[in-house]
Amino acid sequence: MKLEVNGREVKAESGDTILDSLSREGINVPTLCHMKGMTPTGACRICVVEVAGAPGLVPACSAPVADGMRIQTHSPRVLDARRTIVELLLSSHPDDCLYCGKSGRCDLQSLSQELGVSQRRYGGDKSVKEMDLSSPSIVRDPAKCILCGRCVRVCEEVQGVSAIDFVGRGSRTMVATAFDKGLNVSSCVNCGQCIVVCPTGALTEQSSVDAVVAALADPGKYVVVQHAPAVSVSLAEEFGYKPGKDIDGQMVAAFRRLGFARVFDTSFTADLTIMEEGSELVQRVTTGGVLPMITSCSPGWIKFVEQFYPELLPNVSTCKSPQQMMGALIKSFFAQREKIDPKKIVSVSVMPCTAKKFECGRSEMGRDFMPDVDYVLTTRELGHLIRRFGIDISALKPDTADTPFGERTTAGKIFGASGGVMEAALRSAHVLITGRELENLDVRAVRGLEGVKETSLKIGDLEVKAAVASGLGNARKLMEQLRAGRKDLHFIEIMTCPGGCIAGGGQPIGMDAAAVKARMQALYDLDGSAKVRVSHANTHVARLYKEFLGKPLGPKSHELLHTHYHERKVVL
Amino acid sequence: MSLQASTMMDEILKSHPGSQRDHLIPILQEVQAKLGFLSEDAVVRIGRHMRIPASKIYGVATFYNQFRFTPKGKFHVMLCRGTACHVKGSAKTLETLTKALRIEPGQTTRDGLFSIEVVACLGACALSPAITINGEFFPKVSQTKLAKLLDECRQKAGAVAPAVKVDTTSKSSRRGRTGKMEEKSS
Repeated sequence: MKLEVNGREVKAESGDTILDSLSREGINVPTLCHMKGMTPTGACRICVVEVAGAPGLVPACSAPVADGMRIQTHSPRVLDARRTIVELLLSSHPDDCLYCGKSGRCDLQSLSQELGVSQRRYGGDKSVKEMDLSSPSIVRDPAKCILCGRCVRVCEEVQGVSAIDFVGRGSRTMVATAFDKGLNVSSCVNCGQCIVVCPTGALTEQSSVDAVVAALADPGKYVVVQHAPAVSVSLAEEFGYKPGKDIDGQMVAAFRRLGFARVFDTSFTADLTIMEEGSELVQRVTTGGVLPMITSCSPGWIKFVEQFYPELLPNVSTCKSPQQMMGALIKSFFAQREKIDPKKIVSVSVMPCTAKKFECGRSEMGRDFMPDVDYVLTTRELGHLIRRFGIDISALKPDTADTPFGERTTAGKIFGASGGVMEAALRSAHVLITGRELENLDVRAVRGLEGVKETSLKIGDLEVKAAVASGLGNARKLMEQLRAGRKDLHFIEIMTCPGGCIAGGGQPIGMDAAAVKARMQALYDLDGSAKVRVSHANTHVARLYKEFLGKPLGPKSHELLHTHYHERKVVL
Repeated sequence: MSLQASTMMDEILKSHPGSQRDHLIPILQEVQAKLGFLSEDAVVRIGRHMRIPASKIYGVATFYNQFRFTPKGKFHVMLCRGTACHVKGSAKTLETLTKALRIEPGQTTRDGLFSIEVVACLGACALSPAITINGEFFPKVSQTKLAKLLDECRQKAGAVAPAVKVDTTSKSSRRGRTGKMEEKSS
């Protein structure tokens, strides 16, 4: 099929939209409501092009190509229409870019600049709508919303949650929860995918940067930090590097410059999670416990299962997430060992995730009215913090995390990608059951960006059947199978975000699928080139058991590292 | 939800078996006809029956003027904003009414006495500006007449509340962009 675009002949495939064909040819047409891989809605009209013979301008995102179509993508008529659309969007938009958290990463702002909007031609009433600050993870500012619907679709189509939808009509339309209540009492699972796709500042994270800065400046506090496996492979993007660059060493050095007393690696407690969760799995299999066992690392998933599938809660592993295991160990074992009053410790964690902000405030996650983790920063907020303190990340010499929770194996590191927990668990479960290492440590069947992955692995006499799902919409498919009576599975890994933590709601803004792929590759490259690739070979984990915890699933573990979840009533 | 309301809901949902989406609006209409409004409980139950998230049902229901989410007041005031009434100053009447009762159209006063609904035309243009209270027409409603009508309603209800002061001097206050804090989830 052939098209004529801007006077040039261009090949197209039938079934393409105009936008598909154009982007293959390197012709960028701006979009706002468009989301790759999802049904187009054609709501914003910013992608309009001129098609010869068509009565009006045609939205490129939703119009299919036809043979011989003659298209103008940047004619005066098209540019004029696009500029008018942006000007109309701006007419009710608050003029507060200087105070906006998305400034510099805002699609509306960059479109306005691209199209040369330099003065206000339409003076509309600025929207005055209340901000929703109720959620511990997500801030909603409906005044900045341009009603593109990306958040609504990601919440419904990707996550299967539908906490928000368009409410009202005409100029009063807004995106809101059922009965326009706070997000905290809605079915929102705090995953933050809506923040990542939002083209404006209408959705941002509940920031803890100022609180952390204040804690760092307080001489009476002992501020420690832990960083999640997926942060080191995405933080570089906040500083303009190509996606997929691992800057673990520089990041640790930056933490020290910022003034953190200790830097710990959450991958260490990921290894610890494998010891606990692997032992739990073996126990369930050998003693006839509830199967399949489902992972519990991802706090968005935990809230999801509490709301939508409470009957499956017995299947969920009792292990806390690596973040919370680390938090519990810092204020117990570490505080005792270093003779620091746990009340003086401020425990900060850097996560690719907004749901972790919710998780650290859960009542299960602390003792004596003291939370185990005090503040959670997202990857984006860490970038912000480093910039605020004038640290040039490229000039830093790589450094390593601190003992006793600094050593990690790459089994813990690959937790950052969907399938990573499963792979790490299978590597260690094999040893726990048979006493021998897996012949080939690569469990390729559970890697990659597919929504649901399944595999089976012979461990001793047992054929272990495992499933991995990422994106709660995919998790829902698997849960529906369990509800319908599927019984063959032993172990299920669920990650809230599609692709796992590397595509978490706290990661750099944007919907760049190539970046997610590159981050995933970076994790597996680290794993492929590492000497120690199994959690049970982590010498510091072994020492921790010897000196403090005793044995996996022992009484101390149960006190600090395990918990139970309960049905949660929300407006569904 | 009361037991009686709950049984009514059950009956309505039973008469719409399966979960076809095109039954949503008829169900909403029937529920509102029986219960007087769409309560949170009702929406959640409809959602469970039809396998539609509450946010979606709320989205559909708020699109239409016919649905309300609070019970009607003991005295339901319908105010005409049609062309003739507009010319005769119904905008001012509405402002007086919302200020006197301190509620917006679609809302109900806290004591449950009054609710306001704005309608496009009552078909009584010769009587403009017109309102109805519980279906009874009141023509040529001036600000003083409105105050008197509201007072009469209060007396009928036996309320001891003082007479309403109608303040037409102060400018309408706009709500600022304040943060909304709701109860923390557990």
